[in-house]
Amino acid sequence: MSNKNWPLFEVFIRSKNGLSHKHVGSLHASDAEMAITNARDVYTRRKEGVSIWVVESKNITASNPDEANSLFDPAEDKVYRHPTFYQLPDELEHM
Amino acid sequence: MTDTTSLQQNFQDKIDQEVRIEPRDWMPDDYRKTLIRQISQHAHSEIVGMLPEGNWITRAPSLRRKLGLLAKVQDEGGHGLYLYAACETLGIDRDELLDQLHTGKAKYSSIFNYPTLTWADIGAIGWLVDGAAIMNQVPLCRCSYGPYARAMVRVCKEESFHQRQGYEMLLTLCNGTEEQKAMAQDALNRWWWPSLMMFGPSDKDSVHSAQSMAWKIKRFSNDELRQRFVDMTKPQADILGLTIPDPDLKWNEETGHYDFGPINWDEFWRVVKGGGPCNKDRLKARVDAYENGKWVRDAAVAYAEKQANKKNQKSQVA
Repeated sequence: MSNKNWPLFEVFIRSKNGLSHKHVGSLHASDAEMAITNARDVYTRRKEGVSIWVVESKNITASNPDEANSLFDPAEDKVYRHPTFYQLPDELEHM
Repeated sequence: MTDTTSLQQNFQDKIDQEVRIEPRDWMPDDYRKTLIRQISQHAHSEIVGMLPEGNWITRAPSLRRKLGLLAKVQDEGGHGLYLYAACETLGIDRDELLDQLHTGKAKYSSIFNYPTLTWADIGAIGWLVDGAAIMNQVPLCRCSYGPYARAMVRVCKEESFHQRQGYEMLLTLCNGTEEQKAMAQDALNRWWWPSLMMFGPSDKDSVHSAQSMAWKIKRFSNDELRQRFVDMTKPQADILGLTIPDPDLKWNEETGHYDFGPINWDEFWRVVKGGGPCNKDRLKARVDAYENGKWVRDAAVAYAEKQANKKNQKSQVA
C-alpha cells in the first residue's frame, strides 16, 4: 500500500453551549478541514454536538504516566485546601 | 527481571481494583497483542458487516425502510472507525490493520460470510446478529482497556436501534401474507445457528478465554453469553409467531434456562477457515473498495499539500 498516510487528529466536542469541549476520540484526515467534516459524520450523527475542535495528535504534549506520582502526590497531604478542614460552629449555617 | 515482575504485579493490581489501563501505561506484551487482535477483529467485523446489508439498500421495500437501513449501515462504518482508532492507541498503524484484513491474515466475524438472500434476512440480521452483538458488547463497556471501553459505550448506545429496526421488519412480515411470514421463518431458519456461533467456541475449546477473563478484557464466558442470548430470544420469537429451528429447545425448570441442541462446530471452523458461502466475495468487495478509492485518498493528500504550500507562500510574502 503505497499511499501517503493521513495524519491522526484528536476530536473534541462541545455537546451544548455552557459546557466545555470534551475529548471523544480520534480519526484520520488529509487536513484539519477534512478532519472537521469527518468528525461531524463519525462523532455527531445524533446531535451530540454544537461545536467541534480538532488538533493533530502529534501537537499534543502529554504528561508521562511514569511520573504521575511525582506530579500528583504533592496534592495528597494538603487537606487544608479543602473547606471541610476548617472547624466552624454549628450555628453558622451555609458557609 | 525483578523490575518486570513488579511492573506485572502493579498492572494486575490495577486490573483487580478496576482501574482502567490507558494507552501510555505499562502493559504486558501479551495484553497488548490480545487487545490488538480482538479490537481489530471487531473493527473489521463492523466494516465487513456493511456488505451483506448494503446488498439490500437499493431494494428496500419503502423509503422508510431504506432510510433506516442506510442509517444502520452508516453507523456500522462509524463503529468500525471508533474501533480502529481505539486499536491504534496500542501502537499499530491503520494501514497495517487494513493490510491484515485485506491479506486475510486478520479475521472478522464469520456471520458475515453467510448470504442475504431475501429482505427478511435484513430483519433477521438486525434482530439476531445485532442482538448477539449487543449481548457481547455490553460487558465490553467495562473492559479493562480504557479506549476500547469508551468506544464500546458509543457503539452500544447506537446499536439498540439496529436491533429494534430488525425486529420491526420481521414483525411486519409476520403480520403480512402467508408468503411474507414464510419468508421470515426461512430467514430465522438460516440465521439461528450461525447467530449462536457468534459467541465463539465452547468454553472448553476457547484458547484465549481464561487469560482474557483474568485481564478483564472479557467479563463473561462464551457459553454464558450464548445461554443468555437463547433465554432472551426465545420469547421474542414467540411474539413473532416464529419457530426456532431446534427440536431440542425447551425450558428447563431446574436450571431456569432454555436447553438447546448441539452446535455444528465443524461448520463453525469451516467458515472461520475461509470455507463459508461468501468468504471470497466479502474479501474481494472489501479489497476492491479500498483499491478503487485510492485516487480519492491521493487527491485529498495532493489538495492538502497544495493548500499548505499556498498558506506558507502567503505568510512569506506578508
